[in-house]
Amino acid sequence: LESICRELLADPVTQDYSYNSASIGNKKKANIHDIEVAYNAGVVDPVEESAMKAIRDLGITDVKAIKTAKRYVIQGRLTEKQMAEISGKLLVNPIIQHTIPSGRYKFAENPRYHFKLNRIELLKAGKAKLAELRKQFGFNELEFKAIFEYYREQGRNPTDVELETLAQTWSEHCVHKTFKAKITYDSQIIDNLLKSTVARATQELNKPWCLSVFMDNAGVIEFDDEWALCFKVETHNHPSAVEPYGGAATGIGGVVRDPLGTGLGSKPIANTDVFCFAPPDFPHEKLPPGVLHPRRIFKGVRAGVADYGNRLGIPTLNGAILFDKNYLANPLVFCGTLGIMPKEKSQRGLQKPGDLVVVVGGKTGRDGIHGVTFASEQLTDASGEHSFTSVQIGNAIVEKKMIDVLLQARDRGLYRRIHDVGGGGLSSAVGEVGADTGVRVNLEKVPLKYAGLSYTEIWISESQERMLIAVPPEHIDEILKLFASEDVEAAVIGEFTKDKHLRLLYQGKQVGDLTMGFLHDGRPQWQMKAVWKPSRHNEPRFKQPADLGKSLKDILATWNVCSKEWVIRQYDHEVQGGSVLKPLVGVCNDGPGDAAIIRPVLASNKGAIISNGINHEYGKIEAYWMAASAIDEALRQIIAVGGDLKEVALLDNFCWGDTRRPEMLGALIRAAQACYDMATVYGTPFVSGKDSLYNEFEYEGKLISIPHTLLVSGLGVMDNVKRAVSMDFKRAGDSIYVVGETKNELGGSAYYLTRGYTGNRVPTVEPVKAKAAMEKLSRATTKGLVKACHDCSEGGIGVAVAEMAFAGGLGAKIEVKAIPLAEKITRDDYILFSESNSRFIVEIAPENKTAFEKVMKGAVFAEVGKVKKSNRFEVIGLDDSKVLSEKVADLKEAWQKPLRW
Amino acid sequence: MTKGKVRALVLRGPGTNCDGETVFAFEQAGAEVTTLHINQLIRKEYNLFDFQVLVIPGGFTYGDDVAAGKVLANELKVKLGKEVTRFVDDGRLILGICNGFQVLMKAGILPRLKKGQAPPLTLTNNDSGKFECRWVYLGVNRKSPCIFTKGMEQMYIPVAHGEGKVMGDLTAITEKNIAVYYTDEKGDRTAGYPCNPNGSINNIAGICDDSGRVFALMPHPERHILGTQHPQWTRLRAKKHGDGFPVFQNAVKYAKDI
Repeated sequence: LESICRELLADPVTQDYSYNSASIGNKKKANIHDIEVAYNAGVVDPVEESAMKAIRDLGITDVKAIKTAKRYVIQGRLTEKQMAEISGKLLVNPIIQHTIPSGRYKFAENPRYHFKLNRIELLKAGKAKLAELRKQFGFNELEFKAIFEYYREQGRNPTDVELETLAQTWSEHCVHKTFKAKITYDSQIIDNLLKSTVARATQELNKPWCLSVFMDNAGVIEFDDEWALCFKVETHNHPSAVEPYGGAATGIGGVVRDPLGTGLGSKPIANTDVFCFAPPDFPHEKLPPGVLHPRRIFKGVRAGVADYGNRLGIPTLNGAILFDKNYLANPLVFCGTLGIMPKEKSQRGLQKPGDLVVVVGGKTGRDGIHGVTFASEQLTDASGEHSFTSVQIGNAIVEKKMIDVLLQARDRGLYRRIHDVGGGGLSSAVGEVGADTGVRVNLEKVPLKYAGLSYTEIWISESQERMLIAVPPEHIDEILKLFASEDVEAAVIGEFTKDKHLRLLYQGKQVGDLTMGFLHDGRPQWQMKAVWKPSRHNEPRFKQPADLGKSLKDILATWNVCSKEWVIRQYDHEVQGGSVLKPLVGVCNDGPGDAAIIRPVLASNKGAIISNGINHEYGKIEAYWMAASAIDEALRQIIAVGGDLKEVALLDNFCWGDTRRPEMLGALIRAAQACYDMATVYGTPFVSGKDSLYNEFEYEGKLISIPHTLLVSGLGVMDNVKRAVSMDFKRAGDSIYVVGETKNELGGSAYYLTRGYTGNRVPTVEPVKAKAAMEKLSRATTKGLVKACHDCSEGGIGVAVAEMAFAGGLGAKIEVKAIPLAEKITRDDYILFSESNSRFIVEIAPENKTAFEKVMKGAVFAEVGKVKKSNRFEVIGLDDSKVLSEKVADLKEAWQKPLRW
Repeated sequence: MTKGKVRALVLRGPGTNCDGETVFAFEQAGAEVTTLHINQLIRKEYNLFDFQVLVIPGGFTYGDDVAAGKVLANELKVKLGKEVTRFVDDGRLILGICNGFQVLMKAGILPRLKKGQAPPLTLTNNDSGKFECRWVYLGVNRKSPCIFTKGMEQMYIPVAHGEGKVMGDLTAITEKNIAVYYTDEKGDRTAGYPCNPNGSINNIAGICDDSGRVFALMPHPERHILGTQHPQWTRLRAKKHGDGFPVFQNAVKYAKDI
């Protein structure tokens, strides 16, 4: 013990240690309180595994198990109630942790599992029993009827594992029933929303550089002659609501496995993260029971993403954080990963009968059982207690080790197909991969974290950090040796067959048998109804304030607009060395960059641009324009940093409330239609996507639904990264131009929001015009004429120019009169803070003005002012008076203060 | 192996994640680089003495569980300690970056500890209490014998760590062992946070042994090899090479004669 403490656990310079005694220090002192926190049984703490390894390295081999706990020693006169509050609201999350009496640790002995085949009486069940079964597995009536018919034809009852397999495979999370439903929408019938909107745009555009779309785990596009890029964004909302740290960490872990499981596997090279939370200043006393405070969720999610992403060594380069009170019980956590792979490995593989089913990476435990069905359900205030098995904290190093070896195996050509093991666990992964041939699995061969799992638990467990590969028998020895050489788990658990059956065995006895035909095509299509109801909000009534400086500072200080540096700094955005434009730019490395640019191949000048567009405020008015705006924003950011529209792929992520309500579904349809309309004109295909529905929370009979939220992620390929442009002003004396038209579009704007209004005039998009202007601006950048360019979004021209000024450490002076308008607007504040789409603020050196104006000819643009040496941002209003004059440093302070945590 | 080329070994373990850019940096500097998993050395599939330079790159080895770099340090000390010591005494080069610095220090390789000697220095939690990724200016100690920083004056390179604060008994080293320290843009060594991003005593960013052949630092020179890696290259125009590049050139130049 002495040796373990001295050599390993304690740092002699900074720490002290004691062992076999209850505590360090004098416990008898007055007003000293102990809180000791340990993980619940079944939550696997990575530290235990690492410590075990290190102790063995020391030559001590008698240690059987390790447990860790954290002790907080609190001094002060505190009541039991206050102590309970500190521990409940701050230190302990009962989903994964509990407090323990000081020094009394329990090492759980896992009881062995005794096999017993569990058959479920279906064919002779009465009505009540059938209804109960249907509910238990979460099927709707049509689905359950199909299942009943299947078993009646077979003349036998199902086993539990068969029904679980069907429940997982047919869950909303896995099969996207809503997007594939037959929908009656007004007088129209939409048969498969995905195919008739988002994917249809891709099909019609038919871009030769799209290598794999909507069929694999992620979308794949060409990068250069040798390489392909692979991009996927997912959500991990429900787990993050109940255990933010673990939920978000496993969100990253999960999305990283998507590019890894695309084609024959790609190497993750960048992450993007977008979060939606309730405002951090939400009053504690108004918090519904069972719901974590948004500040705690925010901090936990940030920590989870950082810890997992940083450990994997993937730079987090891009993101956004948005706030709305209706994200209170349903925070949204979008995690995205960009991967790179050799072009010839970009197509999904196909196993041959006789190939072996090999599961690699993490071991299987009871974690995350029913995670998929959980993700597809509404949260209630009881969710916290019911969902304990759905949440895990993840182990990034297990995933990193697995990635390292898998990429070597890929390069040696040792497997024929790869797939991630995610939602639904092996049941989804094996079922999906096996669909083309048939497969037989011996469930007892799956490596387990601990004893006691039933065959069904093994099959549906969602333990993290696992992948599935199909290995030809002639390579099995080599590949198992390779995995063993880096201490990564790999086990043969079955064999692909040619009978198109999914057969499950446990210790030689058959426990499940489903035909692939029924499993994948037996699900009756959902029939749904949708209506579209336009919403109406109060039209704002307030006069233009005399001091627009205060208005600007108010907008800069809103949660949505303010600096997110506190978060960004805690992500490693430099690892792998590829960054060309970082998330923070400008003279002090703290200005808000638009899109991020990386070099996927360090030795090449070719770049990849990652951007995102999202604004839920617009969705409160019209989902169609929210979607159109999100696409426009994602593209604007790409153009702003010097990219072009030649090769831009998009991803969609729809997060919605319960679409079983017709008006909710109607809004979803409107948003999907906008995706089609915009993508086809801009020439930017969607290559992959995901949806998360049912983001609702029931509390005291009230239903809280999230605002309609669409995240559009953009991936652009850039020929020469040396043409990149950052948003910070570069030199006093340069001209400031506005590109694009300003309309009276303040509906859902940050300005209205500071005044307590939503309004109705939501920003629209005219894609034909916008595309032409974007193409011209790209040309100007490629010619080296543009010194700085910033996407004009939340807060409009006012915020964009202010940000460029403080990022560049320079002043600016602009005239409202010079701003090109598409319609008559008589108010300075409206012009300055309108959020019309397709606009840019551009800095041009005096010597390049003529050349720039020549390139831009035909587009709407105008010179509106100058970059100034002074330290002020000044705006001259329509009546020639100074309507805004603020120190740039004050604006920056207003913008940085809210999230300087 | 190419004859006449300097051979560098980039050693990775579970959780190493800066091996790619470290390989790139050494290759740009003209070395022939091999990346090996520590298991491959332990199993003796490769011979450490086939290389002139040993690099332990950044990452989160074994998740930085227990303490940053600790588990790999323990493994290195127990399983390869003798060989590494002989490697140094044989006149070869060792470079540790970020997690590599943590590993070398906690394994008692830098500073070199005698058997049973309690380590005088450690790398511990940043004063800010946070992992932070930011760019820092390093001043180079001209009086240091460090091979890697020869002829250099200043570097602008990023840090990305949560446990980078040098702490402990400074009498264990002398001023010349402090090869690089945190400064502000003008080279002022008293600038404080965030110029010194972790609160390191005496602004120590990296140290070397008395021979100058073993060098380790928290910031990442391998992340500033290309001009476009500079965070303000769009303002200042990209230089051909980044500030970290000479570190690798110096190593390769010196190792040619080993």
